[in-house]
Amino acid sequence: MVEFYHSVTLNEAQCVGCTNCIKRCPTEAIRVRGGKAVIAPERCIDCGECIRICPHHAKRARFTSLERLKDFKYNIALPAPTLYGQFNNLDDIDYVLTGLKEMGFHKVFEVSRAAELVSEATRKLMDAGKLKRPVISSACPAVVRLIRVRFPDLVDNVLPLKSPMETAATMAKREAQEETGLPLEDIGCFFITPCPAKVTDIKAPIGMEKSMVDGALAISDVFPMLSHKMDHLEAIEPIANSGIIGVGWATSGGESAALLNEKYLAADGIENVIRVLEEIEDERIGELDFIELNACAGGCVGGVLCVENPYVAKARIQRLRKYLPVSQNHLQGGPIPSLMEWESGLEFSNVMSLSADLQEAMMMMMQIDEIEQEFPGLDCGACGSPTCRAFAEDVVKGGSRKTDCVFVYRKQLQQVASTLSALESAPCVLPQEDGQEKN
Amino acid sequence: MSMLHLHYDVPGDDFTRAGEASGDVKHKLKRLGYEPDAIRRVAIAMYEGEINMVIHAGGGEATVDIDPDKVDIVLQDHGPGIADVSKAMQAGWSTAPDNVRSLGFGAGMGLPNMKKYTDLMEIESQVGVGTTVHMVVNPGKK
Repeated sequence: MVEFYHSVTLNEAQCVGCTNCIKRCPTEAIRVRGGKAVIAPERCIDCGECIRICPHHAKRARFTSLERLKDFKYNIALPAPTLYGQFNNLDDIDYVLTGLKEMGFHKVFEVSRAAELVSEATRKLMDAGKLKRPVISSACPAVVRLIRVRFPDLVDNVLPLKSPMETAATMAKREAQEETGLPLEDIGCFFITPCPAKVTDIKAPIGMEKSMVDGALAISDVFPMLSHKMDHLEAIEPIANSGIIGVGWATSGGESAALLNEKYLAADGIENVIRVLEEIEDERIGELDFIELNACAGGCVGGVLCVENPYVAKARIQRLRKYLPVSQNHLQGGPIPSLMEWESGLEFSNVMSLSADLQEAMMMMMQIDEIEQEFPGLDCGACGSPTCRAFAEDVVKGGSRKTDCVFVYRKQLQQVASTLSALESAPCVLPQEDGQEKN
Repeated sequence: MSMLHLHYDVPGDDFTRAGEASGDVKHKLKRLGYEPDAIRRVAIAMYEGEINMVIHAGGGEATVDIDPDKVDIVLQDHGPGIADVSKAMQAGWSTAPDNVRSLGFGAGMGLPNMKKYTDLMEIESQVGVGTTVHMVVNPGKK
């Protein structure tokens, strides 16, 4: 059995057992059991939809604490370009980067620098014609995990390149080693993340054995201290070294625009992503070369660990990008460096099927079809399952009883009540209360 | 008698609902853990057939029988029928009206694609009576 790591977790004390999260989950991974939400680890893709919807803030993302910096002699911050969109009236990215150094980082390496290299590598791979079309971006870890559990036929369409975060970490650590002479284990690399899926992507990466990133700090966690530092800067260091292409990765459409090829689409928001994947699977999207998908509305700026409204952040990033060069980072001719490529391909993980045995799965589906007829089809969620159909599955799989449905329960109560009242009017041969026998 | 028998009414008056039946079949096959390539072929072939019923025949009925070794699809309509089946099977030949073509359909690839993705495809059609398309997909083939 594979061990699962998830950033998305439940704080039981705050969970009231409402139905908001179970209905929102794109892989039907959540049930309410015993008045609390339970997440099936094999199905969760860490998209963060449940965190977004939970009115009681019972769903949380685990991320790295700033304390962890103490474990290393030398620390590098890897800010996602999304971070730049969180600040009002920002006209120079170097304020943010210098602020990060003031927080205790020895070095800051923009993830957008690596993004420009990933864009160039993608263009090269696509030009070489070796990739299965349409090529699906591998940048959003929640989307890659969604494909892994729900779209078996599309695993080979996913771009086999490491994310800008990984490439940035590899480059930054190499630079730091050259600059300081320190061994690799003394250098810490921390991604400043907009979402929990990236936290998971570091702990349990896809396409490689081990991530080069040592931790992920939430934008929301870093924000208060960082904005304070930014307000009290004495001098601004010239650190920023990326262009329109790299910074553009923060918003939906940025990655595909960087391919300089019009045959692409960019979809964002998990429901839209699913719809597009369904259509690719049915070969209804034939004329496109590249598909950019982001689980969050607006792209990474919509991540649940951001502090600013995604559309405000997007507008700010557009303004910030305006006077930047197109791109400031380029591959040195020749083949794509192997450190940028996936070490292993994406493999389908069959966690949604009813049974590993087809015959048994078919028997189960017949039972599910039958049992589903007994439920009202309201999808109320009071049973703890997201829909009546999912509930029928849970009954057949053995996780629920039919009477967990309030409508079935009420029907049974009514039956019991009418049986009881019928009994009351029936002739009775027992002695009457005053001791006299009937007849 | 197949293990799993599914039946769908495909409404002909609502174009926005076209693809629902094939979508449901695909979803069910996935939950069964059916072979991914067979799922893909069923999804594409049945979608094409379903769209055809909506565009040309004012809807119809779909029955799908799922067994471990085959998916059997029958699409039946009471539309105008196909005058020349062999012509309709040619790539690029279409009688779809302009309003349908403007939505990206009607490229004349429907029937050829259905044939390409299935292991068996038969068409029975009579002008003025209707059309029945029978398709079989075997997992592990093609």
